[in-house]
Amino acid sequence: MIHHPSFMSVIVFGIFVAITLGLSFYFAAKTKSASGYFAAGGQIHWFVNGVAFAGDYLSAASFLGICGTIAFFGYDGFLYSIGFLAGWVVALFVVAEPLKRLGKYTFADALNSQFQSRGITLAAGISTLVVSVFYLIPQMVGAGSLIKPLLGFPHEVGVVMVGIVVVLIVATAGMVSTTYVQFIKGSLLVLFSGILTVMILNRGLKVDSSEAANAPQTLVVKSDGTRFVNGTPHGSSAGQADLRPVGHLSKLPNGKTETGPLGPIEYLATLQQSEIVLWSKKETVVDGEKTTTWSPQPTSGAKVLRPGNSPLFKGLQKDQWTARLDFVSLMLALFCGTASLPHILIRYYTVKNQAAARLSTVVGIGTIGVFYVLTLFLGLGAMTSGTLDLTDSNMAAPLLAKGFGETLFAVISAIAFTTVLGTVSGLIVAASGAVVHDLMSSVLRLELADHEKVKAGKIAAVVVGVIAIVLGILFKDMNAGFLVGWAFSVAASANLPSLVMLLFWDRTTKQGITAAIFVGLFSSLGWILLSADTFQKVYGYTADQAAALACVPFSQPGLVTIPLGFLTLIVVSLMTSGRKTTVVA
Amino acid sequence: MAGLDHAIEHPKEVEDPLIAARNARYGMVMFLFYLAIYGGFVGLNACRPDLMEATPAWGLNLAVLYGLALIVIAMLLALVYCWLCRGRSTT
Repeated sequence: MIHHPSFMSVIVFGIFVAITLGLSFYFAAKTKSASGYFAAGGQIHWFVNGVAFAGDYLSAASFLGICGTIAFFGYDGFLYSIGFLAGWVVALFVVAEPLKRLGKYTFADALNSQFQSRGITLAAGISTLVVSVFYLIPQMVGAGSLIKPLLGFPHEVGVVMVGIVVVLIVATAGMVSTTYVQFIKGSLLVLFSGILTVMILNRGLKVDSSEAANAPQTLVVKSDGTRFVNGTPHGSSAGQADLRPVGHLSKLPNGKTETGPLGPIEYLATLQQSEIVLWSKKETVVDGEKTTTWSPQPTSGAKVLRPGNSPLFKGLQKDQWTARLDFVSLMLALFCGTASLPHILIRYYTVKNQAAARLSTVVGIGTIGVFYVLTLFLGLGAMTSGTLDLTDSNMAAPLLAKGFGETLFAVISAIAFTTVLGTVSGLIVAASGAVVHDLMSSVLRLELADHEKVKAGKIAAVVVGVIAIVLGILFKDMNAGFLVGWAFSVAASANLPSLVMLLFWDRTTKQGITAAIFVGLFSSLGWILLSADTFQKVYGYTADQAAALACVPFSQPGLVTIPLGFLTLIVVSLMTSGRKTTVVA
Repeated sequence: MAGLDHAIEHPKEVEDPLIAARNARYGMVMFLFYLAIYGGFVGLNACRPDLMEATPAWGLNLAVLYGLALIVIAMLLALVYCWLCRGRSTT
């Protein structure tokens, strides 16, 4: 779809970016030490840190990806919300306080608190870098999606803009500015998602039985790049046509055509008894000419609100054992992944003590939990509001807001953009901390003065930012939520076994930790790269070709690679226990 | 925003091993409790997705009710954990 930018959107967007950068420059003057740059001096208030947890965690995947998946496929997107929140249980009950007790700047500090091993630092530093870069991809993809309707720029320009703004945020004041950007973003995201949900409920549900709403749509891209929509040249001028926004109900219970305002439970119950029009997508390529056809599929609400409608989970309804394993694997990775994400782990070092770490996690869980409940209403609201762009699931939430007016669209889009900024900033701080503190200072043993560490951190932030920009452009057609599932799998496989065993098994050795991180990291990466999903969505093969070429039976690696990490640690620790240097707490 | 000077590192916390062990015990019990509920949800979706279509209460199916319950229970457990660990931590 072609989106035209509005003056209001540009103004609101400009204000948000100006406030964000203003904060960064304000704190830059106050942040001179390495502790201040990488961990905000450990002096962030627990409440601010808790909301910043939400700002850090509620990324483009949560806001854009989950809402988009629910809007296109129903309940399956909500499974991500459930898994993402459940992961915080591991973070609070298992990891938060010990991590704060053991570490200083990075995840490697905690793992290495008793061993002083360069091997552990190297493994943890590399793992942090890889996971951060993996997690950066969906954020940048989300940024590119947002910029198109907001400012009218192409995807690539959006990605570059985010990259530049984020590098400016991080390179100026590091963790301090990042924290306050995330605090503001987390607060605004939950507040405006709540407002949008109230508006959805107040509007209620309505049937659209018009012929136009139910007509299939086609997009033909000729070999020379010219595009036709439903047989007419693609464009928004006279004599041209654009894809129509979709998303409506074909039936309400008891033959009603409109419900009026509904309560939250009533809204979900009514949808469950209604008939909703979902859209199937079919692509064919003949002589270099690609034809995409979207067809309406009236589907009962009961089916929309159960698992198994999306391509990712459809095998659950067909009793395919590989689909079941894939599902369990993903849910395991989401459960274990949160407490393994480097940008989340380093936030435990920004508060003063274990009590503050615990309290900030509780605030984070409350804020994030409320938001994830709202995603169900936002996604279903988008599904039935006639605002969906068939070519971009990531735009479901902002376009839903557009259905309520240009101002709300401008604010929601700007918040979504700040969402990307907040998460990307956190990831870049984590990555630059790993480069400077773990790899340069601890592994290479470079003697750096405090101000040199800060300078090196800023240079690392620029480099990671450039890598993120390139990857954000390369992966532009993928759903942000789906990509984050991979990042969680890699993080959980590489980091969680070491962290958990260090805390709870006193025979853990430094060799065991190092081996577990490397095995978990590379096995999960290898599994992803050889999976059918990657062959299809990254390498560009058709679904049948991808299934034939895939070297692993299902796409999500966690079910195999997380236990493999634990097993590696146990075996190597037992083999090297004679050489163990210390007993851990 | 006076007073937001984050340049000075806060002194390292002195921990009480007994309190740390007690908190870890509470945390582990709650983790295992939640793991059982979450495991049940994943298992049902994976092995018996048809059961998730049942509508036990308020006109909502099991998939929606169980999913919302998992989110609400996580928030409640976090509050309970915080209450159990209250006021006895060291600084």
